[in-house]
Amino acid sequence: MSNQALTPERAREYWGRTSGLMWTMLGIWFLFSFVIHMFAPSLNSITFLGFPLGFYMAAQGSLIIFVIAIFWYASKQNSIDEEFGVADE
Amino acid sequence: MAKSSFIDNLGKIYAYYTGGFVGFTILLAILEQLGVPNKIIGYAFIFLTIGVYALIGVLSRTAEVSEYYVAGRVVPAFYNGMATGADWMSAASFIGMAGTLYMLGYDGLAFVLGWTGGYVLVAVLLAPYLRKFGQFTVPDFLGARYGGNLARLIGVAVLITASFAYVVAQIFGVGIIASRFLGIPFEVAVFVGLAGILVCSMLGGMRAVTWTQVAQYIILIVAYLIPVVWMSAKVTGVPIPQLMYGQALQKITALEPTLGVAKGHVAAFADAKGQFSMTSAVNFFLLIACLMIGTASLPHILMRYFTTPSVKQARQSVGWSLFFIFLLYFTAPSYAAFAKLEVYQNVVGLGIDQLPQWVRAWGQVGLVGACDAANAVDTFAMCKGVAGNADGILQLSEFKIHPDAIVLATPEIAGLPYVVAGLVAAGGLAAALSTADGLLLAIANALSHDVYYRMIDPKADTKKRLIASRVLLICVAIVAAWVASMKPSTILSMVAWAFSIAASGLFPALVMGVWWKRTTSTGAVAGMVVGFGVCLYYLITTQFYDAPLWFGIKNISCGAFGIPAAFLTTVVVSLFTPAPSKEMQDFIDSIRVPKGDVVLADARHSIDK
Repeated sequence: MSNQALTPERAREYWGRTSGLMWTMLGIWFLFSFVIHMFAPSLNSITFLGFPLGFYMAAQGSLIIFVIAIFWYASKQNSIDEEFGVADE
Repeated sequence: MAKSSFIDNLGKIYAYYTGGFVGFTILLAILEQLGVPNKIIGYAFIFLTIGVYALIGVLSRTAEVSEYYVAGRVVPAFYNGMATGADWMSAASFIGMAGTLYMLGYDGLAFVLGWTGGYVLVAVLLAPYLRKFGQFTVPDFLGARYGGNLARLIGVAVLITASFAYVVAQIFGVGIIASRFLGIPFEVAVFVGLAGILVCSMLGGMRAVTWTQVAQYIILIVAYLIPVVWMSAKVTGVPIPQLMYGQALQKITALEPTLGVAKGHVAAFADAKGQFSMTSAVNFFLLIACLMIGTASLPHILMRYFTTPSVKQARQSVGWSLFFIFLLYFTAPSYAAFAKLEVYQNVVGLGIDQLPQWVRAWGQVGLVGACDAANAVDTFAMCKGVAGNADGILQLSEFKIHPDAIVLATPEIAGLPYVVAGLVAAGGLAAALSTADGLLLAIANALSHDVYYRMIDPKADTKKRLIASRVLLICVAIVAAWVASMKPSTILSMVAWAFSIAASGLFPALVMGVWWKRTTSTGAVAGMVVGFGVCLYYLITTQFYDAPLWFGIKNISCGAFGIPAAFLTTVVVSLFTPAPSKEMQDFIDSIRVPKGDVVLADARHSIDK
C-alpha cells in the first residue's frame, strides 16, 4: 500500500482538524479535572440527587463526563478519518 | 482456525464462565449453610480462582513472538477495555481506595479523579499513535523516534523503576489477602501468590495475560459490587449504592458536630480544624495532575493498546477501559460513606460490651480497635498508643480502624454470610494478580525485547528470545517478591510514587515525539534524564533523608517538579540542536495517519513480523 494516502495540503488539513479536536478534548479534560473542583467549597452548598454538588462532581460527575468524552472523541476522530479517506478499517 | 473461532465466540465463552462462577459461589453458599467451616470456603475461593487463571494461562501458551508480546493484535476493543480495567485496578484500588476515602473524605477523591481522567490523555495524545506505530514495547517507540539505543535504554530505566515500585505493592497486596484467608505467614503467602502470577504470564505472555485479565475483571467487579449493593439495600431500602449514599453523606454531616468532628467528610480543602487551607487545595490538584499524567505514561497500560486490531479500535478501547474502571471507582466512595455512617450510628457511643460482632472479629486480626479500657491493647492491636478514658463507653477518638478493613469488613457489617467475605477475597486477589501480571510482563519484555534482543543480540532467534523472556520474568518476579516480603512503605504511597516517576520520565518524550516534529533526540534524552532525576531526587531526599518539602508539596506529587522540568528541558535543548532529518519527519507523518505503512527513519528499528 502506498504511504502517500494524502497530498501534502490534505495532510496538513487533516492534522489541523485532528489537532483542533485534540485541543477541544484537552479543554474538556482541564475543565472537569481542575477548574470545576476549584469551586467545590461553594458548590457543596447546593444539593444534587441528595449529594453536596462539589462532592458529587469529584466522586461521579467528572468521571461520567470523561467516559462520554472519550467515546465522543473516538467517533468524531473516526469521522474525520473517513472524510479524508484514511480510516484503517 | 481455532483462534478465529475463539475470537468470534468470546461473548459466549465469557458468559459461560461468568455463569459458572456464579454457580460456584451459590454452591459454596449452600455448603456454608450445611455447616462447612469458613476456612474451607476461603480455601475453595482462592485455589479455585487461581486454578482457573492457571488453566487459561496453559491454554493460551504460545511460541509465536507476536502472540507473546501483543496477543497477535486480535483483541477487540471491548475485551481489551475489560483487560485494561483489570490491569489498571490493583490491590490499592480494590482494598485501599475505599479506606482512603473513609479516612480523608473529600480530599481522597483526588485518587478517584486522578486514576480516571488520565484516560482522556491516553485516548487523545498517545494510544492511537502508538497503535499505528505497531511494534512491541513503549521503549521501541522511543528507540525509533529518537534514533537509537540511548533513548531506548533510558526509557527502559524509567519503565523498570516505576513498574518495579508498583509491582512490589501488588505482591504485597497478594501476600496480605493470601495470609489472611489461608492462615499462613505473610512471608510464605507472598511466594504462594507469586506462583499464581507466574503460571499465567510465563507460558503465554501477553496473550495469556489478556484473556486471564478479562476473567479477573469479571470476578473483581462482581465481588466489589455485591457487598455494597446489599449494604445500600439494608440501610436505605434501595440497592443502588452509587445513588443512595448521598443520604448517608447527609446523615454523616448531621452527626459530625455532635461527635466533635471538625473536618467534615464532604468538606473540600479543609485543614484539621475545618478551615480552608491553601496547602491542602494545592496538594489536591497537584496529586490529580501527577496521577493523570502518570496514567498516560505507565508502559503496562500503554502496551495494552498495542493489542487491538486497528487504530480505530485502539481509540474505542480507551473508552471501554475507562467505562470498566469507572464502574468500580464511582462505587468506592459509597463503601466509605456507608461504613462511616455505620460507625457513627451503631458503634460510637455504645458500651464496650455491646459492640457489634464485626468490631470484635476484625479487632482480633488487628484491623479494628475499640480502645476504651486501659488494657485495650491486649485485645486490640490497633490500640497501641491510644489512651482511652475507661468509662466503659466507646468514644469516637477511642475507635480505630485500618483503611484496608473498610472493604474487607463490609460484608460482615451488612450481615452477609461468610461466602461473600470469601468472594471479596477472591476479588481482591484478582485485582492484585492481574495488575502484577501486566507489570511483570512489561518489565520482562523491556529486558528481553529492548535490552537483550535490541541491544545485546539482535540476531537471536525466536526460540532464544522467548526463553530469555521467560527466564527474566521469573527472575524479576522473585526479586519483587523478596522485596515485598520485607514489608516496605505503605501500598498506596508506593503506587502513587510509580505514577510520578513514570510521568516525569516518559510523558514529555512520548507526547512530544508524536505532537511536536521539532523534538530532537538530544532534547528528548535530556528531558527524560532531567525529569526522572528531579522526581527521584525529591522523592528520596524528602522520604529518607528528612529534607524539607518544597512549597509544602507532598512527595507523592514529585511529578509536580519533574514533569515541567522535563518539558522545559526537552523544548530548550531541541531548539538548540539541529532539527530532525527528513526521514524522521516522514516517520512522524506516517504514524499520525491511521491508514498506510509506517516508514521508519532507520530500517534497523523495523520489526520482524
